[in-house]
Amino acid sequence: MSAVADLTIAGIRDGFRAGDFTAREVAETFNANVAGARGLNAFLVETPEHALAAADLADKARAGGEELKPLSGVPLGIKDLFCTAGYQTTAASHILEGFVPTYESFVTAKLFGAGAGMVGKLNLDQFAMGSSNETSFFGNVISPWRRNDGGNAALAPGGSSGGSSAAIAARLVPGATGTDTGGSIRQPAAFTGISGIKPTYGRCSRWGIVAFASSLDQAGPMARDVRDCAILLETMAGFDAKDATSLDLPVPAWEAGLSADLRGKTIGIPKEYRVDGMPAEIEALWDKGIAFAKDAGAEVIEVSLPHTKYALPTYYIIAPAEASSNLARYDGVRYGQRELPDGANLQEMYAATRAAGFGPEVKRRILIGTYVLSAGFYDAYYTKAQKVRALIARDFEQVFSKVDLLLTPTAPSAAFALGEKSDDPVAMYLNDVFTVPASLAGLPAMSVPGGLDSHGLPLGLQLIGRPLDEQGVLNAGLAIEQRAGFTARPDRWW
Amino acid sequence: MSVDAQTVRKIASLARIAVSDAEVEAMVPELNNILGWIEQLGEVDTDGVAPLAAVIPNHLRLRADVVTDGNARDAVLKNAPQAEHGFFAVPKVIE
Repeated sequence: MSAVADLTIAGIRDGFRAGDFTAREVAETFNANVAGARGLNAFLVETPEHALAAADLADKARAGGEELKPLSGVPLGIKDLFCTAGYQTTAASHILEGFVPTYESFVTAKLFGAGAGMVGKLNLDQFAMGSSNETSFFGNVISPWRRNDGGNAALAPGGSSGGSSAAIAARLVPGATGTDTGGSIRQPAAFTGISGIKPTYGRCSRWGIVAFASSLDQAGPMARDVRDCAILLETMAGFDAKDATSLDLPVPAWEAGLSADLRGKTIGIPKEYRVDGMPAEIEALWDKGIAFAKDAGAEVIEVSLPHTKYALPTYYIIAPAEASSNLARYDGVRYGQRELPDGANLQEMYAATRAAGFGPEVKRRILIGTYVLSAGFYDAYYTKAQKVRALIARDFEQVFSKVDLLLTPTAPSAAFALGEKSDDPVAMYLNDVFTVPASLAGLPAMSVPGGLDSHGLPLGLQLIGRPLDEQGVLNAGLAIEQRAGFTARPDRWW
Repeated sequence: MSVDAQTVRKIASLARIAVSDAEVEAMVPELNNILGWIEQLGEVDTDGVAPLAAVIPNHLRLRADVVTDGNARDAVLKNAPQAEHGFFAVPKVIE
């Protein structure tokens, strides 16, 4: 592996500008790493030609003395939930197998317009429904990390952005897009020792992203450090008239605004996040994070978010309800797979197509969603959940009158082995216990690596900020990153 | 509240997902497990609380009432499992 693959996005960008290497060399390095890591199953489609074309444009621009774009020379991985013109987009489902969009998602259009190239489309949980990348129709992504017990158990890279997290941790890409509905950027980032930020709901356009739960879905960057997340987010964010929930606000210069000085900031520690049965190592990591924040000058106080324990059940009403509605579009008529048994009528074709095209977790969520929205149950479940969601949002609002940020662990454990939790949906859902509340409230939140557990696996710390205060979140993330000094990386076995 | 096999069949039919008897049998305890778990929301006092639909305040915008898109028939049909004569084709609906 060449040294280029060890560079951050900032390092690639700046090194390319300084003439240390060509963009083609960078693209070729990452293309080769992708091709050499198929055992991880992180990519569904490899697109080396896309990365090379972007690189050649960058090299030509540099040779011609033209002004370079913000991401000139930077290759990225794209989660296969983003529609990419001319490249298959499946959401890791069978029903969308063979779907080749004729249009580009807003976020990928912005990234490519800023000079970035794409090395491939990244595997994920089917329709982004999962926390371990085990629901993909195209097989599990395997984390590049292994426990240090010599057992070589295949571990989950987290989910749903598991291809993104695995590819970044394995140095197959310097950065990638993710999407986060209940933790799908932050939990995989924590499991693989990388960083990822879910911005405020509305910062990144959802146009061209395969919809899961529209009031929660939000795109964001995943990369090896906080600066790289800031760089990517600056390009990904921005107003889009095609998304009714897109925020018409200027995009701050987050990279230029980075500062690890937390003097004058107050950070809250929500006591309800100390859940029963929390592993001692997670507690210890949290205490370490608190010490880092204090060392950076922040005042740290305990706060209360009384409705925290209701966030997950609220989420598991609202997200499936929205999913059941969003996924109604897969009917075997307009795109994707069609299943037409002999003599079937239109209704039977719909039912057969959807039975064959959706995986078990997707069906489970569609059925739950259909049930909670059905006549007679709508108020008891869906309206009730929307009311509790209001209380959860109010908890945050009240706390943010006293503190600037919240600090919590990202996940209740380190990465678990593939298959360990897949038999019990509720046990799997509990993985998102710390990430779901911020999603329900639409708040910016990020995960940064905090250290390793006794098995040598990464653990993440989460920062949650006020609406639109991505800068505060990034800055506190940077302060922790600098003090955690996380340099561990998986040994290559793949 | 809990679901039985009949309810699962009804939901699956509303959701247009074909299910076998064996699948229904497997789904009953699975869905009841999840529904039993979300049931705990009943403990929360939500009297007088307005349901939250939009988390970040935003104004729905109006735009000029002009055509912004169109003439894209071939692009629209490009991914259709079956397209004929410029239309989506489906099994016969009217006898």
